[in-house]
Amino acid sequence: MAIYDTRRRRSKFYIGLCYACVATGLGWLALILGTLLFEGFRGLSPAVFTQMTPPPGSEGGLKNAIVGSLIMTFLGVAIGTPLGMLAGTYMAEYGRHSKLTLVVRFINDILLSAPSIVIGLFIYEVMVVKMGHFSALAGSVALAVIVVPVVVRTTEDMLLLVPDTLREAARALGLPRSIVIGKVAYRAARAGLITGVLLAIARISGETAPLLFTSLNNQFFSTNLNAPMASLPAVIFQFALSPYKEWQQLAWTGALLITLAVLVLSVAARMLQVGRPGK
Amino acid sequence: MTTTSNQQDDANGHAAENPATAVQATDHVQSQSAEKPILQAVIQPAPLKQKVAVRDLNFYYGDSLALKSISLSLYAHKATAFIGPSGCGKSTLLRVLNRMYDLYPNQRAEGEVILDGVNILRPEQDLNLLRARVGMVFQKPTPFPMSIHDNVAFGIKLYQKLPKAELRDRVEAALIQAALWGEVKDKLNASGLSLSGGQQQRLCIARTVALQPEVILLDEPCSALDPISTAKIEETIDELKENYTIAIVTHNMQQAARVSEYAVFMYLGELIEFGVTAQIFTSPEKKQTQNYITGRFG
Amino acid sequence: MASRFCTESWIREGLPSFFPLPAVRICEWPDHWLRGAQLAGLADAPCKTTEKNAVANNLAIDNAGRESAEARLANALVGFKLRDNAFRLLTQTAAWTVLILLGGVIASLIVGSMPAIRAFGLNFLSTEAWNPVTEKFGAMAPVYGTIVTSLIAMAIAVPVGLGIAIFLTELCPYALRRPIGIAIELLAGIPSIIYGIWGLFVLAPFLQEHVQPGLISAFANVPVLSGLFAGPPYGIGVLTAGVILAIMVLPIVSAISRDVFETVPAVLKESAYAVGCTTWEVVRSVVIPYTSVGIIGGVMLGLGRALGETMAVTFVIGNAHRIAPSLLAPGTTISATIANEFTEAVGDLYTSALIALGLILFVITFFILAISRYLLMRLHQREGL
Repeated sequence: MAIYDTRRRRSKFYIGLCYACVATGLGWLALILGTLLFEGFRGLSPAVFTQMTPPPGSEGGLKNAIVGSLIMTFLGVAIGTPLGMLAGTYMAEYGRHSKLTLVVRFINDILLSAPSIVIGLFIYEVMVVKMGHFSALAGSVALAVIVVPVVVRTTEDMLLLVPDTLREAARALGLPRSIVIGKVAYRAARAGLITGVLLAIARISGETAPLLFTSLNNQFFSTNLNAPMASLPAVIFQFALSPYKEWQQLAWTGALLITLAVLVLSVAARMLQVGRPGK
Repeated sequence: MTTTSNQQDDANGHAAENPATAVQATDHVQSQSAEKPILQAVIQPAPLKQKVAVRDLNFYYGDSLALKSISLSLYAHKATAFIGPSGCGKSTLLRVLNRMYDLYPNQRAEGEVILDGVNILRPEQDLNLLRARVGMVFQKPTPFPMSIHDNVAFGIKLYQKLPKAELRDRVEAALIQAALWGEVKDKLNASGLSLSGGQQQRLCIARTVALQPEVILLDEPCSALDPISTAKIEETIDELKENYTIAIVTHNMQQAARVSEYAVFMYLGELIEFGVTAQIFTSPEKKQTQNYITGRFG
Repeated sequence: MASRFCTESWIREGLPSFFPLPAVRICEWPDHWLRGAQLAGLADAPCKTTEKNAVANNLAIDNAGRESAEARLANALVGFKLRDNAFRLLTQTAAWTVLILLGGVIASLIVGSMPAIRAFGLNFLSTEAWNPVTEKFGAMAPVYGTIVTSLIAMAIAVPVGLGIAIFLTELCPYALRRPIGIAIELLAGIPSIIYGIWGLFVLAPFLQEHVQPGLISAFANVPVLSGLFAGPPYGIGVLTAGVILAIMVLPIVSAISRDVFETVPAVLKESAYAVGCTTWEVVRSVVIPYTSVGIIGGVMLGLGRALGETMAVTFVIGNAHRIAPSLLAPGTTISATIANEFTEAVGDLYTSALIALGLILFVITFFILAISRYLLMRLHQREGL
């Protein structure tokens, strides 16, 4: 029985450790969110949305950065989503058993978690160097490169969840494959596809590294895609590392805005997924 | 303390039961047989020892009642078969006997399940010790992700620190009991997953036997197996009866007739009939039992 | 229903009506296409594609003015086929584009780092110096910093993450499982810059005031550790970066390990309980061995993220190009170096050296991620059996 007592004690000990892990892990994360909410809301005011980023040592807002982020995120999604959806469609519909699909799936999974700063270097090489200057367009393309693997992945997964019987039923009506995909499979997987896009937006809305040397930053309001453009992450990066109190405060507020956006998008994506077929 | 001494008795090759519990157990036989005179009539030759007594057992999945006031007995060194259509609660009942349901919330049992005079449903029952005494073999073979030897030695090592040689002997004995030794003796270090389905199932029986439990629960052990493996496992069960009390859930009526001395027919969570197997299969008392056995439903 | 799908518009998108239709071709079209076209209201009567019909068909097209039902049907079928091939080609091209993207990343990094490779060769990897003024660059300090911060992060995040996963799959009351699981998944999506800014303003000062002095004095007389925890408590440095990375990677490791643990069949766990195992023994002897491949895959994925992470690290690493023996000293990582210096880099060699750093980072993470994906794929294949 001595052995059994030791075993029981050991089990209790390790289970206790698990509880400790949960407490530490969730504690840390709660602490981060708590600080963020506290510091971020302290600086939240209408001025944040109506005024430009200030020069050092004075008050201001984040209007140009917010608009810049919106523009580049929108463009990034607009460029990346069609490409990703088409590639995902090939993998789930036409080339389900082809070698190309296997390779693309593997490569795509690697792109999915590849360091985003490397994506920035890539776009710098192919766009910024070629064009001769930083531009919002280059930033958007860099974001699009990050969007593609996310959308490819969700599109493939969601289309594979559409039951084959549905496709067969549509084919039995005599519809060609492209119509079956376009009008039946996409429609059946609609919620999942939108989820994928929402997740992609959430993913890029906080991306900083690829923007640092593609769209750079801009002190002023600009909607010119051919010129540098401000973005929230880049402004946070610059302001947080500065010695000025006002800038640091704006960095916290910007961080709060990004986090809220990401959380709202993720929750929306999750709610859409509740009604999806399968899983 | 009772559990402790039982363990030791068991280790001594199933000698006499602990006197204290034996007395209690006989008590139960008497009370039980008073309720069920049919049994008494059949049980004349050798005095039967009641190993497990289930009394007024109700079982709930959430709010739905899955077992309705079940009472029955398992007798020592006998096999009791549980038959009935799918969803009638046979497996649920089996899972109460080693309190496997405890792993899941929303599942609870009311009533008494008495193992050697002790109610195992009482909250302070130590589940690990209980499960070491009441072994279980599942529908599908479940070898652990380790070698054949380690699969069998796993349970032994939990409760005893044995020298290597002795451990090997125990493993060998268990594999012989499970009629697997001849097939695996040259590859004890191979993965348990490398065996065929039938062999895996016998490995699981060996793993259960190695712990030297008192009761072995078999939950449709042959349903995933081919006829030859099934025959081998039935043979094994027959031999195991010498040392253990056996409860087996099966969908196969012939199998129930072949391996069991007692049979329980259940339907929709209720115990319809409990009696000697031969009698249940030849002259069942209840109409429902007769219908099921002759294949009119289920 | 069918007519809703088959509108006139995509018939019009097809070939013009005078497109010559050889009789044989018509006979080759699969029956179900014809059926579909009929359903779509393009053909009035059941139409057998006999030689006679096909000839009549051609005749009808010759009389361009009067299009018969068969001609419209034939046009629709050509449209179908064309559309189908075009769409297939389009999707296939998109799939190839994903491969081209990765190829482009690799190619541009190699091209961009050529000047540095030509100037320094393999010495680039073994040189510690990083001097923009004399244009002498070596990757050793950032590579060292990248690996050390990631190792610190994994040393903290893996045990804690596994603990959380065990809690979620084996111990947690059912009512809490979903909320905590969702919370962790949401946290995994929070941008890393948030962790960075928190590390800079909260964690670094806290470590500087309360933890690092304690570490320094506690290990002052222990042989190896005194070297690791030496020097003034800066707050920012390699250790702080490692801790921030750990917090950032933690949700990822927890979420993947939880998914992996959930692949263990319930009956396997039950059979371990059935031989009298305690909860810990079930985890130790069944759950972890059964999922070992997947756990390693998940850990590698987390490691890949940690190695390539930029923003969480850049804020708190201190950006010092040297290899200090102490974990408390400032250091740098590949991604932090690139983020901090790229826009200020003057001269081709400087830029090229930074891109070469990116190439090294990419190669390291590529292999780590490839191994991770391979392992996770194997797990899923087994699960599918």
